[in-house]
Amino acid sequence: MMELFAQIQEFFGPVWPLVWAMVKIVAIVLPMLIAVAYLTFVERKVIGYMQVRLGPNRVGPKGLLQPIADALKLMTKEIVIPTGANKVLFLMAPILSIMPALAAWAVIPFDPDLVLANVDAGLLYVMAITSMGVYGVIIAGWASNSKYAFLGSMRSAAQIVSYEIAMGFALVGVLMMAHTLNLGEIVRKQEGAWGLLSWNFVPLFPMFLVYLISGVAETNRSPFDVAEGESEIVAGFHVEYSGMAFAVFFLAEYANMILIATMTSIMFLGGWLSPVPFLPSGFPWLAAKVAFVLFLFLWFRATFPRYRYDQIMRLGWKVFIPVTLVWLIVIGGWMQTPYWPWK
Amino acid sequence: MSFQLFVFYLFSLILVGASLKVITARNPVHSALFLVLAFVTASGLWMLLEAEFLAIALVLVYVGAVMVLFLFVVMMLDINIDRLREGYWDYLVPALVVAGIMVAEMTVILAGRYFRLDGMPAPAAKPETYSNTRELGKLIYTQYVYPFELASVILLVAIVAAIALTLRRRKDTKFQNTGRQVAVRRQDRVRMVSMPSEKPAAAPLPTDEAAG
Repeated sequence: MMELFAQIQEFFGPVWPLVWAMVKIVAIVLPMLIAVAYLTFVERKVIGYMQVRLGPNRVGPKGLLQPIADALKLMTKEIVIPTGANKVLFLMAPILSIMPALAAWAVIPFDPDLVLANVDAGLLYVMAITSMGVYGVIIAGWASNSKYAFLGSMRSAAQIVSYEIAMGFALVGVLMMAHTLNLGEIVRKQEGAWGLLSWNFVPLFPMFLVYLISGVAETNRSPFDVAEGESEIVAGFHVEYSGMAFAVFFLAEYANMILIATMTSIMFLGGWLSPVPFLPSGFPWLAAKVAFVLFLFLWFRATFPRYRYDQIMRLGWKVFIPVTLVWLIVIGGWMQTPYWPWK
Repeated sequence: MSFQLFVFYLFSLILVGASLKVITARNPVHSALFLVLAFVTASGLWMLLEAEFLAIALVLVYVGAVMVLFLFVVMMLDINIDRLREGYWDYLVPALVVAGIMVAEMTVILAGRYFRLDGMPAPAAKPETYSNTRELGKLIYTQYVYPFELASVILLVAIVAAIALTLRRRKDTKFQNTGRQVAVRRQDRVRMVSMPSEKPAAAPLPTDEAAG
């Protein structure tokens, strides 16, 4: 086995690091895309059961092949380009929206040793990359040459920019706890004698809530999905998209959900750490936490009615940002006293 | 040619191309998007210089926030592209002056040995454990804490001033008082009335069915 490995390495010669990096990227992106496909299935099932329905159950055993059928359907559909649309930008928008959702995974640590790039400024990198996601939405709305799409993209842009600030402030709290921007180190700093009580979500509880809810808003999920708002603006920014171009937007939304769920698990829920001291830590814990946060996303969607636009803005600017600022001061002061239990 | 050099030339090529398109693109939205590309590429170049904090901050601040708002405004404007192009050549003289200054500055750097630039050697490569972000943070909050805080206060004053200067309150706008909306209780909105399900029998009205 190792011999074969060495032979392959020799075959590629100087480009081997590039090839090896590509292999690792595929090893992360491929399971991610499968997870995205099955997240759409889980969403329909979970919401179905919550509404006392069965959800998809026709394709394959228990409907398990439904996402594959959906993918096939979307791939064979025509991509309609509206008259007067800016063709290049129209086709570029879905790519611009999925790129950040995938690129951010480069610095996410899956367990103590498994990370593609152990970057020191990992948290900043994730924030910078995800802040580029809004371009896909804006450009899609503008390039469609449609009023509904444009309205949707304007709403979405304002919403994403506003909630990014609250998210950033919530992460400042995490930085104060961890003294580092490296995501792996942030998880390691949460390791303590009390298991799950030494994770960041206990001392930073208000920030945890702010981050989680802002995450829902960032991904344009219900109840913050005014960008799509079927009842007012049809489907918002992607109303003119069809076939694979639409599917890529869809993929990006779900990939972003998984990303936000993973970030929440790493920042506040102790990443790969085990919640009780007598069980070993490892990747399954991270997966379980991500699944839990994703379930919350679906639960929100099945439970809450959509916010009005002005309520969204008020919640972001007048509630979340002050809450995080106040808690920053509380935490900062508390850390200086001898009564700080999370050392 | 080392890999680093290759990346440098590639990024420089993209950067120069994108910058040229910023001023030559006919559509202002395209210009703004090319400016975004220029920022991202410049951030890649800074990354090559081992200035990872500045590189990421450039993307975070300029690409993630400033250019989004910029694009917002440009998209909302109803711009007549032909009118916009009219004054293009009028800017030639100031542009030449700026270009001349830039050429002079580049000469000082590229022909550095005539200007004794070799008296300042290139910085040595940092060890792998060196964290640009950490060092910057330490400097900002220790040695340069007063200038840093001063700059932030000036920025805050600028934000408040910008809002104070442009805020016009219309007299006839109606606001919702969210506090009152939240504080509302069931009794304030709903009045329970006990009504019998049927009206007491009155004189029977003649109906169509009865007539037919």
